[in-house]
Amino acid sequence: MLTFLRRRITSSAIPLVVVILGVFGLARLTGDPANLYLPLSATPEMRAEFAARHGFDQPLYVQFVDYLAQVVRLDFGESLRTAEPAAEAVLRAFPATLQLAGATMILATLGAIVVGSWAAYRPNSAADRIASFTSTTAASMPDFWFAIMGVLVFAVALGWLPTSGTVGAPAWVLPVLTLLIRPFGVLVQVVRGAMVSALSAPYIKVARSKGAGEVRVVFGHALRNAAPPALTVAGDLTVGLVNGAVVVETIFGWPGIGKLMITSILQRDFAVLQAAVLVTAITIFALNIVIDACYALLDSRVRQGVTT
Amino acid sequence: MTERAETKVAAGASGRPVLEVDGLAVDIRTPAGTVRAVREVSFSVRSGETLALLGESGCGKSMTAQAIAGLLDPVAHVAGGEVRLDGTDILSLPPARRRKLAGPGLSIVFQDALTALNPVQTVGAQLAEPFRIHEKLSRRAARERAVELMERVGIPEPRSRVGAYPHQFSGGMRQRLLIALAVALHPKVLLADEPTTALDVTVQAQIMELLRELRTEQQTALILITHDLAVVAEQADHVAVMYAGSVVETGRVADVFARPRHPYTRGLLDSVPAEVARGAALRSIPGTPPELHAVPSGCAFRTRCATAGDVCAERRPLLVESGPGRLSACHHWRELADD
Repeated sequence: MLTFLRRRITSSAIPLVVVILGVFGLARLTGDPANLYLPLSATPEMRAEFAARHGFDQPLYVQFVDYLAQVVRLDFGESLRTAEPAAEAVLRAFPATLQLAGATMILATLGAIVVGSWAAYRPNSAADRIASFTSTTAASMPDFWFAIMGVLVFAVALGWLPTSGTVGAPAWVLPVLTLLIRPFGVLVQVVRGAMVSALSAPYIKVARSKGAGEVRVVFGHALRNAAPPALTVAGDLTVGLVNGAVVVETIFGWPGIGKLMITSILQRDFAVLQAAVLVTAITIFALNIVIDACYALLDSRVRQGVTT
Repeated sequence: MTERAETKVAAGASGRPVLEVDGLAVDIRTPAGTVRAVREVSFSVRSGETLALLGESGCGKSMTAQAIAGLLDPVAHVAGGEVRLDGTDILSLPPARRRKLAGPGLSIVFQDALTALNPVQTVGAQLAEPFRIHEKLSRRAARERAVELMERVGIPEPRSRVGAYPHQFSGGMRQRLLIALAVALHPKVLLADEPTTALDVTVQAQIMELLRELRTEQQTALILITHDLAVVAEQADHVAVMYAGSVVETGRVADVFARPRHPYTRGLLDSVPAEVARGAALRSIPGTPPELHAVPSGCAFRTRCATAGDVCAERRPLLVESGPGRLSACHHWRELADD
């Protein structure tokens, strides 16, 4: 298991450097920050002084090497906008996104396991058809529309829930529901498909021939075999959420990483943007390693590299 | 209702049969409509004896076994008849009571050992499960019993292999594990559905030997489902020959094989190479078994039968006594007996 993890971590290092390089280059394509931070009447001398102070006068490769050297020392530079360390801005925003993503994925996954298994237990039954219809609708729901309708109905018309904020359970309801609906719909379909094939496997009959009850058969024997595809998709969906639920964080004023990234792009706040992307990328790589470790825990054949 | 077969099939053996199958019928839903896959099948078997259900693939023998074990696929269901275990009709029991019998009452060995073991659980956990469910043993005690079971069925070094996964065992060893699973709680009736079909010939013999030992040791009634005449001849006391979902002939193996009293049984025996003189053409039954939705009226075998007459198309032949302890479902069994 340790060898397995070490191998996975090493193989993630190269893509991580590529991501850093990409963001570094792309951020500088968005335009010259001097246009934004200096008055329109700024003289070329003032511009040159601004560029020199922030190191923008150096050739790009020098800037990049300097940046890498800083990152290795865990120095992410300072925000152009607020002059606070970029790392602080990112670390302040990130927990809000992680909490939102965590709550959403836990609820979506648990819900999808129950509904998907229930649908798969009797394929083509009424229950299955209801689940299929609901999950297809959920999977194809546009989240911005759902968010706005949610605010309109539950916050404005009924006044049950706040329109924004992060304090108290009611404030979580609309953001989590909005984020949850699509992953839930997708996961129900994946779980159902995987469970239909797991439940028709011969080992399920063997489990029943031992006198195992239906709960034990479905959740003890079938679910673990059906888990890998669901895990893959759930991991992918989680990555999407960790990346910053830009739409939802904007609509509900959720102070997360998505909102921070949008702001720093608009402000040409390179240091903050780079730090935000780097932290997100590291999190996503970590998440992928966790998912791979889960596969290995679920199935010994993955652990031992058996290919059958 | 067809007449009860059990009193005659097992004539000569002592005691009441532990399992009596009486008029069992199974229907399957297909896109083309419902078809009957098993037609009023009746047989019985006593403790310590082996009954072979013999037939070609598609004749309904596996379906019969799964119906008895309560493991039919969702598209199939029992359409009639009784399966009595110690006199109690298990088909009419509520699911919870039925589950209590799965293991100690009635158990089944499946044919494909690769897919019949759960790939993501250790064999120890799978072998321990019957003890966990039925005897409420602790994890540790159940695991101990699993090790004993592995030892009993001839798995080398069971203590070090109890934590291994199915893919780490050979085909023969996996089949031994499946047998271990099936006999864990000393079932009164053990169904074995083509237990050796997927194995090498040498391993086949070992597995059959193991089944025979366990049957004698546990005084289990063994129902052996097979298409292999040699296996029937070596292993079984009685045989029920199935064709197109019906039992066409039953009796002691020695009697049936020596003097078949149904043209289908005779055809099967004639198509065994060893039974044919060297140099003579190998005989086979003309035609193929009917599709389930196109079973001929009257006798299902008549379209392939040399002795078929008008009566065969009009009336379905019932099982009638055709000798001491044997039954045949043929209008013309007397003509066969005269040969």
